[in-house]
Amino acid sequence: MKFAVVVFPGSNSDYDAFYAASQVLGEHAELVWHKDTDLKGADAVILPGGFAHGDYLRTGAIARFSPIMSAVKTFADRGGPVLGICNGFQVLLEAGLLPGAMVRNDRIKFVSQLVPVRVEQTDTPFTIDCAPKQVMNLPIAHGEGNYYAPPDVLEQIEANRQVVFRYTNASGEIGTEWNPNGSLNAIAGICNRQRNVVGLMPHPERASEAALGSADGRAVLASAVRWMHERVLRHA
Amino acid sequence: MRARVYVTLKPSVFDPQGRVVADALVTLGYQDVKDVRQGKFFEVELADADPATAKARVTEMADKLLANPVIESYRVEVLQDSQQSRVGS
Repeated sequence: MKFAVVVFPGSNSDYDAFYAASQVLGEHAELVWHKDTDLKGADAVILPGGFAHGDYLRTGAIARFSPIMSAVKTFADRGGPVLGICNGFQVLLEAGLLPGAMVRNDRIKFVSQLVPVRVEQTDTPFTIDCAPKQVMNLPIAHGEGNYYAPPDVLEQIEANRQVVFRYTNASGEIGTEWNPNGSLNAIAGICNRQRNVVGLMPHPERASEAALGSADGRAVLASAVRWMHERVLRHA
Repeated sequence: MRARVYVTLKPSVFDPQGRVVADALVTLGYQDVKDVRQGKFFEVELADADPATAKARVTEMADKLLANPVIESYRVEVLQDSQQSRVGS
């Protein structure tokens, strides 16, 4: 299977995602420059973390106009799996591929720490290899990860089971004290209605080997591999 | 001609930066400060057009890019020539 990792000017987690896909999982991975217009035959696309276009105007606001985003949108519309990590999640929100928006963390600070994250849904291309309600230890590193959606949209997201990850404590319990940024409903990640586009603020690719402090995140990219194999079998 | 766009977070969206600024002002001794909302300000230089057309154009720009309608609201002002000359003063 082949992953495409999009590189925006200002991406800084592109090589982490590339490394996790190619070295940890042993799959094909290719870096794709934001000015490219095709995804080079990839089976899954990763929009990595960082500060695309300097986060000018709003996080992700300018990246949405990068030429590669037309190809990403077409790929997503056809059901291709797309994962937005941190800044990549913010890009997906600004591009309208996922609902809602990000605002500044409620405690103003940039937060960089390992946090427990509970898997809420296991029927997306990036979570089928996870156990239901599994609590993963994943690093977060962001200043604007405070997820917001208007009440009616939030209600729809919950009703459609689009919340894929939530911030919890180590036992998987939700509480204000374990919500690192003030996100509504402790939301750490969501998917679109078709469930093929997933965005999350935590960095699974930075927690893909024990030497990095946690290997829990490996399951996220491993899910995409399993999802692709099962899709091939379904269509065989 | 010139247009101004003021972008602020919607009243329903918590503005942590505004809160910190308000707290700092109170700490400075401005006890009468009740709240601060922080926003963005854009000045757009445009080719000359009639004010109604210019306002429609800039409103479209605000909708498409300058503001994120999910969390922000905005206000557009088109400056007439007489007002423009006062801008620099």
